[in-house]
Amino acid sequence: MPRINSPVELEAFRQEIVSKRDPNKPCITLCSGTACHATGSKEVALAIEQELENQGLTNKVGFRRTGCHGFCEKGPIVVIDPEEICYLQVTPEDVPEIISSTIKEHQVIDRLVYADPTTGEKTAHEPDIPFYKHQQRMVFGANRRIAPQSIEDYLANDGGKALIKALFELTPDQVITEVKDAGLRGRGGAGFPSGVKWEFARKSPGEPKYVVVNCDEGDPGAYMDRSLMEGNPFGVLEGLVIGAYAIGSHEGYFYVRQEYPLALENLSIAIERAEEHGLLGKDILGSGFDFDVKVHRGAGAFVCGEETALLKSLEGKAGEPRPRPPYPAVKGLWDKPTNINNVETWANVPLIINKGAQAFASIGTEGSKGTKIFSLVGKINNTGLVEVPMGISLRDVIFEIGGGIPNGKKFKAVQTGGPSGGCIPEELLDLKVGFDELTKAGSMMGSGGMIIMDEDTCMVDVARYFINFLTDESCGKCVPCREGLRQMHKILTRITEGKGKASDIATLESLAETAVEASLCALGSTAANPFLSTFRYFKDEYTAHIEDKRCPALACKQLISYYIDPAKCTGCGLCLKNCPDEAIDGGKQKIHIIDQEKCTNCGTCFDVCPAKFSSVIKISGEPVPAPIPEDKRTIVRKKKSK
Amino acid sequence: MSDIRLQIDGKEVTAKEGMTVLQAAQSAGISIPTLCYHEDLAPYGGCRICVVEAAVNGVKKLVASCVQPVAENMVVRTRSEKIDRIRKTLLELLMAHAPDSPELHDLEQEYGADRGRFEKDASFCIHCGLCVRYCAEVVKKNAVGFIDRGIRKEISFIPEIAAKECDDCKLCFPLCPTSYLQAAYVLVESLAFPRE
Repeated sequence: MPRINSPVELEAFRQEIVSKRDPNKPCITLCSGTACHATGSKEVALAIEQELENQGLTNKVGFRRTGCHGFCEKGPIVVIDPEEICYLQVTPEDVPEIISSTIKEHQVIDRLVYADPTTGEKTAHEPDIPFYKHQQRMVFGANRRIAPQSIEDYLANDGGKALIKALFELTPDQVITEVKDAGLRGRGGAGFPSGVKWEFARKSPGEPKYVVVNCDEGDPGAYMDRSLMEGNPFGVLEGLVIGAYAIGSHEGYFYVRQEYPLALENLSIAIERAEEHGLLGKDILGSGFDFDVKVHRGAGAFVCGEETALLKSLEGKAGEPRPRPPYPAVKGLWDKPTNINNVETWANVPLIINKGAQAFASIGTEGSKGTKIFSLVGKINNTGLVEVPMGISLRDVIFEIGGGIPNGKKFKAVQTGGPSGGCIPEELLDLKVGFDELTKAGSMMGSGGMIIMDEDTCMVDVARYFINFLTDESCGKCVPCREGLRQMHKILTRITEGKGKASDIATLESLAETAVEASLCALGSTAANPFLSTFRYFKDEYTAHIEDKRCPALACKQLISYYIDPAKCTGCGLCLKNCPDEAIDGGKQKIHIIDQEKCTNCGTCFDVCPAKFSSVIKISGEPVPAPIPEDKRTIVRKKKSK
Repeated sequence: MSDIRLQIDGKEVTAKEGMTVLQAAQSAGISIPTLCYHEDLAPYGGCRICVVEAAVNGVKKLVASCVQPVAENMVVRTRSEKIDRIRKTLLELLMAHAPDSPELHDLEQEYGADRGRFEKDASFCIHCGLCVRYCAEVVKKNAVGFIDRGIRKEISFIPEIAAKECDDCKLCFPLCPTSYLQAAYVLVESLAFPRE
């Protein structure tokens, strides 16, 4: 492919691609993001290729492997265009039927379409599935339509239009004004207005200037940036080039976690293609603007998501944050003015340039504009990635899109903002999703993780878990974070073990204050949130653990005992057979008994006791009843009453 | 360099642009406690004991004075109930490692810290980084460095460099507030380059 040297040539190339594509030609789209890869999308792909060949359809039916569609719970996902018939949890064995029935005969295969878990109602048409219906997929939607390594797909879906508009119709200052007016705020965590940040970098003296993409996504359970990078690297790249033009930078870096091999592969190929086509490198599209990028692989330290630590790591030094000011816009990479934004932030830029600041700002709340991608994980029916307009309520995200809590359990809390975010309780479910709204509730937007917890989750244990994560990921430079978290973790562990003291709460509060007020970077200053927010909304659980030595959620191993209810035990023997500690005594027609001395609280008996009996129960905060006398242990079968 | 006027503990202070709050305070005879600060080294901002309250245009926040640049009309308070409370907690956290450090003892009294508040931890390094930074920035030998991260972070001599450079230098020894450095040196010496 010869280089494209002008907007006119690019438009001609785009027309050429589009004209060769028949919109009515059937096309099979297979999600091949990391989650679907894990559930077997590669095998499905091989089966599709084979079957198309077997049925002589290779040239008559399109086949596209794309990035993540978001409905990861139900992968691998196949969508048949142009009808948009969506098949879930597809296996290689389903493929011949899909091709012979759906492709050839236009028949929908009932067993593969979405079924509502409560009503059983079937939905075949992708946009009508409740998971998708309530979303607004402006940034993430392209994933479904393009093969990540195909620049043709990207251009056929209007790729490059924003770049042309920025380079040929707008001055750098106009681009910045546009981004400012759109109200775009950083999607990586802090929510700083992106246009303002760009302006700082542009006005900051010093050459060269650098632009950086932060793809060091480290929150457990969060994979929005990963999926954008894997599924639509051209989109992120286009946003970056536009930003570089606005800021006056000619050199950029992608900082991508080593653990994201597919993102690295697709990005590297996208960069190559863009260079070949003249969308990157010298004299981009004949505009006179030069811009090059390099990809840097991060070694997977959570703290390197913090911008100053990331820049240090990029320089080849240990990834430790440094005090700000000076901000990277003034003194960043190699002490030069640097603008660093997160993947999703960059991916929003082409959208703003294409549709205009006003259209973008018309979506959202007063302080938070546009959409946000969240990863819904934990105790939720529809695990996956969702893109919703700012201002939507947490309830809608969790229940309308997420499909609620599995197994009829009760919702307890949603943890937003990653490990250093906070837990929001049920009474705040109508809270609107936005930067300021979440911060006010004691949590934060962070990069967009949402971990849903049900009634079986102990909130003290949750705080302990996240503080443990942060202790492990602290860089160790400043005392409030390194030492404060170490002590907080010790105290929280003690409380979950039933060894809490009345004075522990005051100590935790003073450690939290010290971390919030005196830490060097945002990791430390937000690190106490897991404790602060759980204590704010679930204080009674702390009291129960410390004063009554009781875990209300029956989750903390050292605070619970297992007991077999003599009235319910049928003597089936499953618990006896599975107990690894020989702590259960029983026999045929005999009520089983747990020897509390031998029991190690592993919970195996609880798990294996058939649900229809549910005779193994957990007890916390009260003594276990004494075993029933030997002579009353024989089970007398009830006569069938009729 | 233009002059910058600010107020520290009610006192009008004139500082030079680019100075830190700590330097401005010291020049005006106002003392702020420090542990990881050294005038020959680039400010590090690790120990946080030098936190002060700084207000610019009425917006107050706690900052580490060793790294915070002065600003026109900034109003600084070096002591308050909150600042003292935080310094006390920081001292107590460090005394879980180094209960016998003379530097910490002096401050312990001033801030009413309780050296037994937190469970003791085995290592008595307080990670001020004075040795590491002095060796890197002043001596320029990099014979001692930090290894690992977070609560596993510790100082370590690099045997190949230490064997050649340290015996005649040892300029870092008097900087260590806990004598953990000396212990680390003895260890590396006995393991990596024992004397005949």
